[in-house]
Amino acid sequence: MAEEELELFASGHRACAGCGEGTAVRQILKVAGPDTIATICTGCLEVISTGYPETAWEIPIIHAAFENSASVASGVEVALKELGKKEGVNVIAFGGDGGTFDIGFQALSGMLERGHNITYVCLDNEAYMNTGIQRCSSTPYGASTTTSPAGKLSIGEHRPKKPIAAICAAHGIPYTATASISHIPDLKKKVKKAIETDGPAFLHVFSPCPTGWRHGSDDTISIARLAVETGVFVLWEAEDGDICNLNVTVKPKKRKPVEEYLRPQRRFRHLSEKDIEKIQKEVDEKCEKYGF
Amino acid sequence: MGEQKAMTIKGNMATAMGAKLCRPNVIPAYPITPSTLFPEKMSEFVADGELDASMINVESEHSAMSACIGAAATGARVCTASASQGVALMHEMLFIASGMRLPMVMAVGNRALSAPINIWCDHQDTVASRDSGWLQFYAENNQEGLDLMINAFRIGEDKRVLLPVMVGIDAFVLTHTIEGVDVPAQEDVDDFLPPYEPPHGKLDPKEPATFGSFGTPEYYQEFKQAQVEAIEGSRDVIDEVFEEYEEMFGREYNKATPYYCDDAEIVLITMGSMTGTAREAVKKLRKEGKKVGLIKLTVFRPFPSPELKEILSGVKGVAVVDRNISPGAYGAMYSDLAAAYTNDEEKPILKNFITGLGGREIFVKNFEEMYEMTKKAVDTGNLGKPVEWINVNEDVLR
Repeated sequence: MAEEELELFASGHRACAGCGEGTAVRQILKVAGPDTIATICTGCLEVISTGYPETAWEIPIIHAAFENSASVASGVEVALKELGKKEGVNVIAFGGDGGTFDIGFQALSGMLERGHNITYVCLDNEAYMNTGIQRCSSTPYGASTTTSPAGKLSIGEHRPKKPIAAICAAHGIPYTATASISHIPDLKKKVKKAIETDGPAFLHVFSPCPTGWRHGSDDTISIARLAVETGVFVLWEAEDGDICNLNVTVKPKKRKPVEEYLRPQRRFRHLSEKDIEKIQKEVDEKCEKYGF
Repeated sequence: MGEQKAMTIKGNMATAMGAKLCRPNVIPAYPITPSTLFPEKMSEFVADGELDASMINVESEHSAMSACIGAAATGARVCTASASQGVALMHEMLFIASGMRLPMVMAVGNRALSAPINIWCDHQDTVASRDSGWLQFYAENNQEGLDLMINAFRIGEDKRVLLPVMVGIDAFVLTHTIEGVDVPAQEDVDDFLPPYEPPHGKLDPKEPATFGSFGTPEYYQEFKQAQVEAIEGSRDVIDEVFEEYEEMFGREYNKATPYYCDDAEIVLITMGSMTGTAREAVKKLRKEGKKVGLIKLTVFRPFPSPELKEILSGVKGVAVVDRNISPGAYGAMYSDLAAAYTNDEEKPILKNFITGLGGREIFVKNFEEMYEMTKKAVDTGNLGKPVEWINVNEDVLR
């Protein structure tokens, strides 16, 4: 079946209108194909797709707990090899940002270090959305969440976003990439590379959440696109953990001001001109490092 | 039948050799005292080509159990080992392994839980996991450790059961103690334990299935009920398998094994290695003409209430010796046995003794003392304290 027609993440799941995660999973599975086994974390993805007796998954999947998609996948991958069934079968471990950056970080590091032939996909919506928008180490500076609320004495989240993809790459894994649901061809190319990689691959997929970011449900893709076009989220890939020589795969010709990305999202509505200037300056410095 | 090979080995080696004879495919493990020799030995077996399997040297016990779950769901035969804090760290995943009905076997070197940190024997680690839906077996000696591992795979994988099993061997008293063990021949274990094929599907792209679904209130309870029916159903399977094992290998196992119980007035109940000491105490007391018996509890989950009550019929007093405590309540065996008798009119007096925590020695004289206290409760009707602590260092308490 042609990739475009292949649907392995069925419609009718329970994601919110405009959820970026559903789009990401659907597109990733189009590339991975039916000979794929996935592990998923407790969180939005499990809630929206596995409500018994239904399932949105046309491939075999296992959900065990929150912090261990990488460890469960390790067991799956080794069992497949040991039973002589790994040939031609992809193992993908999905995790949200909470399950990857925070509670599942140790398990992920172990999986990467041990060299399993697994593609780990982090679907990042920048906070604990399933429990109701709590801050995570993925939450960017200035975002108001229910546990980092903006207030008289608070700008909201006061720490910068943890550079998870660079940290994963620092394990020396064969393939690391960042991707966005706004740039599907780039995402698909990276998924293909990741699953064809012999060894661990890490994909960090930017995936807006209208419910948590408080933007229109029809703005998901455009906001994801603005994150790339402003340089807030940079699309890159690196081989063998060599982040000094990473390849920026999508370079906006002229970067848009970060304000265009921040303003449509009510999680940033409290930011003053001065705050936005500060964020702009940080993004400028970061993009300079990335060479654009 | 092949000949059994007599070896003198440590308890950890016995459980490792038992596991090896069962030909596991995947062994995710994390080192922890006093169980570390298990993953070491399994690694050696794999490294030397004696066992066709893969180790996964994970970064934590939580990941060990997680990888066990992933591998078992893929159709592999899986085992691991742990103890104490490691079992505690796995706690979340223990429920998920049993809830997903994934057979696997874990050898536990029963060790006290922190704080204070302590590496020696008690049963608090596995007792704290008693509600996780795993079957729990406890070995008296290294031979039992080996035999119970083999039985555990066979029972857990039985399609009427499909549940994970823990085999407890006492920290140091067994894990690090060298004893004589008869090791069955590989071909005989192969006959006893056929290769495992999950009867209700596995992670397989040819037949996609979703494992670990979200169970809403409309469904959750029925999942749990079915799981409980499975562990209840394991009672007959355990008997069948123990019987078959005895026929093949000549060693008898029971959920609860009586010793001098036929005419006993007072019976001690023990789990694990303390049973040997209790047996010596019973011999001594019998020589003195005291009508005392002993029950060794091998299977703690499912709790063998019917078997215990049958053995205890006509007994006047029972000394339940728990190497664990549920703070604010009782020892675990005592609670279960007391519950088993709740609605009975005829029942023995039960006394609960807590001893041996954190590697505290349990001597023959301690069992004599427990016998005397139970006898006194029976004779005088003065039941004493609800929970009696034995072999207490009073100076430390002050």
